[in-house]
Amino acid sequence: MSEENDEQQKPPEQDSTSVLIEELNKTMDGGTWSASLRSALFPILAVFTGLVIGGIFIAATTEEVYAAFRESIGAGLVEAWRTVMVSYRALFVGAIGNPAEIAAALGSGDRELMREAFDPFLESLVTSTPLIFAGLGVALGFRTGLFNIGAEGQLFIGAVTATWVGYTFTNLPAIIHIPLALFAGFIGGGIWGYIPGWLKARTGGHEVINTIMMNFVAFRLVEWLLRTVMQDPGSVNPISPIVAESAKLPVLGGSRFHLGFIVALLVAWATWWYLFRTKWGFTLRTVGANPNAARYAGMNIVRATVMAMFLSGGLAGLAGANEILGLNHRLVPAFSSGYGFDSIALALLGKNHPVGVVLAAILFGTLRNGATQMQVDAGIPIDIISIVQALVLAFIAAPAIVRTIYRLRDTGDDGQLVTSSWG
Amino acid sequence: MSEKTVLELKGITKRFPGVLANDHIDLTLKQGEVHALLGENGAGKSTLMNILYGLYQPTEGEIYVNGQQVAINSPGDSIAAGIGMVHQHFMLIPVFTVAENVMLGEEEVSPGGFLKRREAAQRISELSTRFGLEVDPNALVGDLPVGIQQRVEIIKLLYRDANILIFDEPTAVLTPQEADSLFEIMQLLIDQGKSIIFITHKLREVLDYADRITVLRRGKVVGATTPAEADPSKLAEMMVGRAVDLDVERDPPQVGAKVLEVKDLLVTDEQGQIAVDNITFDLHAGEILGIAGIQGNGQTELVEAITGMTKVDAGKITLLGEAIQNKPPRTITELGSAHIPEDRQRDGVVKDFPIVDNLALQSYYMEPFSNGVVMREDVMRENAIKLVEQFDVRTPSIETSVGSLSGGNQQKVIVAREFSRDIKFLVAAQPTRGIDVGSIEYIHSQIVAKRDDGVAVLLVSTELDEVMQLSDRIAVMFDGRIVANVDARKVTKEQVGLLMAGSSATEVLGEEG
Repeated sequence: MSEENDEQQKPPEQDSTSVLIEELNKTMDGGTWSASLRSALFPILAVFTGLVIGGIFIAATTEEVYAAFRESIGAGLVEAWRTVMVSYRALFVGAIGNPAEIAAALGSGDRELMREAFDPFLESLVTSTPLIFAGLGVALGFRTGLFNIGAEGQLFIGAVTATWVGYTFTNLPAIIHIPLALFAGFIGGGIWGYIPGWLKARTGGHEVINTIMMNFVAFRLVEWLLRTVMQDPGSVNPISPIVAESAKLPVLGGSRFHLGFIVALLVAWATWWYLFRTKWGFTLRTVGANPNAARYAGMNIVRATVMAMFLSGGLAGLAGANEILGLNHRLVPAFSSGYGFDSIALALLGKNHPVGVVLAAILFGTLRNGATQMQVDAGIPIDIISIVQALVLAFIAAPAIVRTIYRLRDTGDDGQLVTSSWG
Repeated sequence: MSEKTVLELKGITKRFPGVLANDHIDLTLKQGEVHALLGENGAGKSTLMNILYGLYQPTEGEIYVNGQQVAINSPGDSIAAGIGMVHQHFMLIPVFTVAENVMLGEEEVSPGGFLKRREAAQRISELSTRFGLEVDPNALVGDLPVGIQQRVEIIKLLYRDANILIFDEPTAVLTPQEADSLFEIMQLLIDQGKSIIFITHKLREVLDYADRITVLRRGKVVGATTPAEADPSKLAEMMVGRAVDLDVERDPPQVGAKVLEVKDLLVTDEQGQIAVDNITFDLHAGEILGIAGIQGNGQTELVEAITGMTKVDAGKITLLGEAIQNKPPRTITELGSAHIPEDRQRDGVVKDFPIVDNLALQSYYMEPFSNGVVMREDVMRENAIKLVEQFDVRTPSIETSVGSLSGGNQQKVIVAREFSRDIKFLVAAQPTRGIDVGSIEYIHSQIVAKRDDGVAVLLVSTELDEVMQLSDRIAVMFDGRIVANVDARKVTKEQVGLLMAGSSATEVLGEEG
C-alpha cells in the first residue's frame, strides 16, 4: 500500500473502468479527415437507430394505435406510422423550429421574426450549454483515466460559489463581474473535484466511489446553505438572493439564449488546446493511456491525477455557474435536472474529444428541448427521450449491435468501413 | 516418431484487406513429432495457428486431420478435431482452482446441478501423474508460478483429449529451469503418442528439441529442414532472408571515467522481501557490464532502483557524481541516462499513441519539443521521420499507433527514443526479449555503438548468450546478490551458467573468484 509522501507512487492497477476508458480514448484521435468521418459515422448511426426504436416505443405506448390495430392490421400500421410522424415532427419543431416559419422569417428579412422562428433552436442551445461544460469536464477526466461521476455535485458547488460572487459584489462592471463569477464557479467545482482526486492520488481511494459520495455531500450542503447563510433575507423559501445585474450573462433579444453558449464553445476550444497541444495535456493523456509508461517517463502521476480532477470539477462547476448567471439568476434547490449525470453519457458519446462532446451535448440538448414540444403536441411523455438517449448510449457501448444492423465490417485500426443497405 | 500423418495443411491461404498473411502454406505433422514453426514477427505463424484454432477461416486451402478433411469454423470444431493450443498469454481465471479452470466450458454436473468437482479433480490428478505435470487440482491458479500455470493450460488440452498440441512461444514467459521441465513434459507427451507444433523465435530451442523445422517468411514456407542439417546462422538466414551476423563484432573497450557507482544497495520488493541484498559495483564509460541471472533474482528491482522507479531502502547510487537514490525518474533521466525497460509494453510505450508521440515521451516537455507550454508538432514530426528512418522502424506512417507494430519494431521505437538523446549512461533490461532475429542483430549493434561512443552500458538479461556476446564485464546475480563480477573474456558460458544456478564463485572460478 502506498504511504504518505511516497514519491514513487505506483500507478493504479488496471481495472475494468480503465480498460473501458482506454477503448474509448482510442478513437477520434486519428487526425485525418477520413478517420474523423469514419468515427462520426458510428454515433450518427447509433442516434438514428435510437430514434427508430424510440418510434416503436411511441407507437407501442399510444392508445389510438391499439384501437386501430383492433380494426385491422393495415389501419394499425397506418396509425402507428402517423403517431410516430406526428411525434417526431413535434420533436423537430420543438427542437429546431417550424420550417415554414423559418422560411417566412428569412423571406421577410425582419430580425425579430427571424429570432422568433429560430427560438426553439436557440432554446435547444440553452439546454445544451451546461451539458457542454460538464461533458468537457467528464471527458477530461476520462482522458486521464479517471471516472468522474461527481460532475453533478461539482456543478452544484460551482453554482454556489458563482451565486455568492454574483450577489455579494454589487458595484463591479459586468466586464469584470461576469468573468469573476464564472471563475468562482470554476474554482468551486474544481475544489469539489480536487478532493476525490487528492484522495485517489494519496490513498488510492477509488474516484468513482468518492465522487458519488461527494455528490451527496454537495446536494445536502446546498440545501443547508439555502436555509442558512445563503438564504434570501426577504424570502421564507430556500432560495438565495438574486445576483447583481452586472453578473447576469447578457441575452439575445427577447430570447433566453445567453452568452453562456459562446463561452462554452470557447472553453471547448481551450480544453482541446490544453489536452492536445500543451505539454500538460500530453502528460494527462499519457497518464490516462498508460500510467506505467507515464511513471517511466518521469511524469508525476500524483500531480496529474489531482490536476485532472481539479480541472474536471472546474469545468463541471462552470456548468453550474452558467445555469445561475444565465438562467436562474439565483440559487434554488433543484436548478439542475441531472446535467452532471447526462454529461457522463455524452462524454462517452463524444468519444472524450471536445468536438465530439460539443456535438453530443447539442444533440442531447436538442432532444430534451424538443421533447417538451412533443409532449404538448402529441401527448408523448418526455421520458421517451430518456429511452432514446439510453438506446443511443447502449449502441455506443455495444458497437457490435450497430455493426450487425448496418453490416459494417469490424476493421480494427486501419482499413475502410464498408456499408451495405439495411435489410 | 511414426510415419502416420496426423495433420496436413494443403495450400492454406489467408487474405486480409491489403495483406496476404498466408500464401499457399503446406505443412504436415506426423504422429509423435515436435514440429517447429519458425519465423519473424509478421511471418504468418499466428495467422496460420489461428486458422487451425478456428479463429480465422482460410481464404483457400484444406485441412486434414488423420486423413479426413475437416472444416474448422470455431474453436469448438478445433477441439473436436483433437487440436489444442497453449497460448502465449494464458487463458486462465486466477481466482478459480486448477480443477475449475480445466472444467470451464466442459462442466459436467450431477443431477442436482452441482459441478462434479471430485471427478474432475481425480481425472486431472491422473493426467497430471501420467504426463509428469505435478499439478494440484485444488490449488488456486492465481497462487501458482507461471511455469505451473502453463501446465494447467496443457492439462486443459489433455482433459479435452487433444492429440495435436500447439505451443505458441511457450518459453517466452518461463525461467530457464521452467523451460527445461517444459521440454521434459513435451517429451513425455510425445512418448504417449501426442504430436506437437512448436512456435518460437529461439533458434537454440528449435535445434535442441524439434524433430523437423518449417520456416515461414512473409506468409510463405521458405524452407523445411531438420536440426541435424541446420545451424543457428542458417536458420536465421532463412527467417530473415539474408545473412545474419549472430556474433557481435566489437573492438576491445576504451574504458573511461567512472559513471555509475552502486554501494551497499538494499531494495525490498512489494511484499517486503529483500530483493536486492547489499549490492556494490562500479560502471565506467565505454564499457558494457552484463548482469546475468535467472529471472527473479533481483535484477528487476536493481534496475528500478537505479532508474528511480522504486524506493531504495539503504545504500547509495551515484550517477556522474550525483547521488540519485530515491530521486524521481525524471531527475535521473535529465542527468543523461537512458532506460530500455524490461517490460516494454507496460512501461516503455503508450500503445494507443502514435509513433510520433512515443518518440517524444521522455523529452516532450522541454526544448525542442515544447516551448514550455505548447508542444511543437512540426518538430516532433521531423524528429519522428528522422528516427524512423535512422533506426529502421518498419511502419506505414509515423501516425501509426505503436500498439499495432510488431514487438521488434516497438522495441526499435524505444531504442530510437532513448539512443537519440544525449546520454552518458544506458540501462538496457532484456533489450531483445521476444523479438525477431533481424531486430535483435540491429539492437545489439546499436548497443555496442553506444558503448564505443563512450556511454556506460548496464545490460541486464536472462539470455546467457546475449550477456556473453555483448558484455565486457559480467556480474552474476543470484538471490539478490552479485555472486561474481568478472572480466567477460576470462569466463566461459558454462561457468556463468553454473553461477546463475547458484554455485559458489570459489567452486566455479577457483582462486580468482
